[in-house]
Amino acid sequence: MTDQAKRNPGAAKRGSGRGGAFFYAVVATVAAGGAIAGAMLLSNIAQRKAEAEQVAFALVPLEETTVDPAEWGKNFPRQYDGYKRTADNERTRFGGSESLPLADDPLGKAVQKLEVDPRLRVIFNGYAFALDYRERRGHAFMLHDQRETDRVKLKPQPGACLNCHASNVLAFRQAGLGAGAPGHLSEPLTSENGMAQLFKGFDKVNKMTYADASELVNHPVTCLDCHDPKTLALRITKPGFINGIRALAKSEDPVPHLPSVEQWRKGSRAREYDPNELASRQEMRSMTCAQCHVEYYFKGEGKTLTFPWHKGLKLEQIEAYYDETGWTDFKHKDSGAPALKAQHPEFEMWSQGIHARSGVSCADCHMPYKREGAIKVSDHQVRSPMLNTARACQTCHNYSENEIKERVAAIQDRTHKLMGRAEDAVVELISAIKSAAESGASDEQLKGARTLQRQAQFRCDFVNAENSMGFHAPAEAARILGESIDYARQGVAEVMKVTGGKGYKSLLADKPATPGGEPGKAAEKVEKPKDGAAAVSAAGGRPPG
Amino acid sequence: MDTTAREQTEDQAGAEAGKQAGPERARRPWLAWSTAGLVLSVLVGAAVGVGGYTFHYAKGTSYLSNDPAACANCHVMREQYDGWHKSRHHAVATCNDCHVPQGLVGKYTTKAAQGYRHSTAFTFGNFHEPIAITAEDLAIVEDNCRRCHSAMVAEINSGRPTREGALSVGHGQEASCTHCHHGMGH
Repeated sequence: MTDQAKRNPGAAKRGSGRGGAFFYAVVATVAAGGAIAGAMLLSNIAQRKAEAEQVAFALVPLEETTVDPAEWGKNFPRQYDGYKRTADNERTRFGGSESLPLADDPLGKAVQKLEVDPRLRVIFNGYAFALDYRERRGHAFMLHDQRETDRVKLKPQPGACLNCHASNVLAFRQAGLGAGAPGHLSEPLTSENGMAQLFKGFDKVNKMTYADASELVNHPVTCLDCHDPKTLALRITKPGFINGIRALAKSEDPVPHLPSVEQWRKGSRAREYDPNELASRQEMRSMTCAQCHVEYYFKGEGKTLTFPWHKGLKLEQIEAYYDETGWTDFKHKDSGAPALKAQHPEFEMWSQGIHARSGVSCADCHMPYKREGAIKVSDHQVRSPMLNTARACQTCHNYSENEIKERVAAIQDRTHKLMGRAEDAVVELISAIKSAAESGASDEQLKGARTLQRQAQFRCDFVNAENSMGFHAPAEAARILGESIDYARQGVAEVMKVTGGKGYKSLLADKPATPGGEPGKAAEKVEKPKDGAAAVSAAGGRPPG
Repeated sequence: MDTTAREQTEDQAGAEAGKQAGPERARRPWLAWSTAGLVLSVLVGAAVGVGGYTFHYAKGTSYLSNDPAACANCHVMREQYDGWHKSRHHAVATCNDCHVPQGLVGKYTTKAAQGYRHSTAFTFGNFHEPIAITAEDLAIVEDNCRRCHSAMVAEINSGRPTREGALSVGHGQEASCTHCHHGMGH
């Protein structure tokens, strides 16, 4: 202590030597800590200010030939991160699909809907959907699941299937150039040559076999399918939609939710409606999704992907178009009815709802903005808004998350129950027609009932295949299902008239009843069909626990 | 006590030693300050300096004003700021006119409380999104509605509404201005 006092006379003078040094040490530490904390706060504020100024850095050049999303991800890591997360398939009440890896396939398979709801096997008997009809998964799986489904492996399909299940803008242009289209790949897609290449390739690939066409593509939907590589603006790259929206624009169906189409209609119509030129940014936030989330069919020998919008977007108008062109998806194996298959008509259904009318686009709910630090990006993890209720719904709907979820559940449960009734009714009709035909009723006699089956089945399927369980347009979905039930029961009455009231056996009479798919989970206990099909767990059912 | 006596002895010894060891030190008293004290001053000065600079960098003084641009220092508020520009109240009310009580004490204590909450949210990013007003701050807004529009609403007997009251008018809850008249400010 004395030595210390010698070296630091001042300290000794100030007060008790040991206590004084300790006091100074504490104050020094606190001050140092304060300086450090202050510097950290300063650094944090500086980072927020920098994030406000610049949100993305152009590290790699992006071209019309850059298909690989990992390249785009170097410039836009936050969006790329969200995009990859579409592999995450948390189950919601009626959406999502958790699946387990399989021994021969690490990506696994989604739950088989045909096991959960055996009525579907009856309704689609005679069509590939009676073989394999699994729950849909996130965008990340779209190409894999299409390549692996029995509908493609066991039935010959055309390359047209790849219009929606793969990133094909580059493949189409290359095929088009190979078929003699003008120009070269570096030209912008929206240029005259670019479009010529795209459409020529579209024609060529549609006709190919699925196996051949599948070799041309490597990715599910990518950045290039929706974004211009230079400006990042949204754009349409799929010929099916371009043709479809042109046809819709020429129709009489009012589309107040697509103001640029209404505007084009009032104009001279000298040029076709071109969404890349005329659609507003907000409309584009729905139209890019409508490149794939639509009803369609493959027209003619060329298997040209066609959206049936020539009379309008409403179900009756689509049905009228199909009737006029004489289109039938398949002849029903049990009843002989000329049946239609509906495929994921989200855009058509959404168009009838209040959200579309209020200017709410697909991206507003399914890709809402999220904040990372001080940067605002669109959430590229396209998924159910029920998994993201705060950001997807609360920006406009100022209610608690639970209340919002309950409202959605109420709508979906009601739709689901109506759909169950419709499915039952359609199965009854199919059973009745089959019985009558087997007892000797003629085609002429059964024509009315078979037409009613076509109408009833299309309506029931329209809502089943649409991925919102009625939420996109609840009143429209309920109306469609009501008509489905009505037509199916009318059909049974028709058959009764023909057979003189003779009874029939329901095609599901000897199959045990199932709940028809309880909301929120795959059926826990699924009675195996009599032919002993693979168990649900092997097909990738609900994870244990 | 023993220590005091010992310290005094050591004091003297130290002073003696100091005188003996460093005559220069004795002649220049300001060098007699200890190195520890010097280090301490430097550190405290650094802390104050960093803190002061951070205050300036973060535009700290702007928060004492009524300028709406100060609220938009955080660009998460840009939509509200832009919305206010287009709103019906643009010409008659700034952010503080609605979101802060008008008495001198109330105004600055509220600014301090809200400022603290906003600063922690800004730094740690752990706030609910979309941003939702707290029950207390909603009450301040409602009070300010009644303050300006007192002539019109004086006849309506309404106390300070709770958050539940604001969202579920009726059923015995007090009337809330913003439940129907939302979007007035931004």
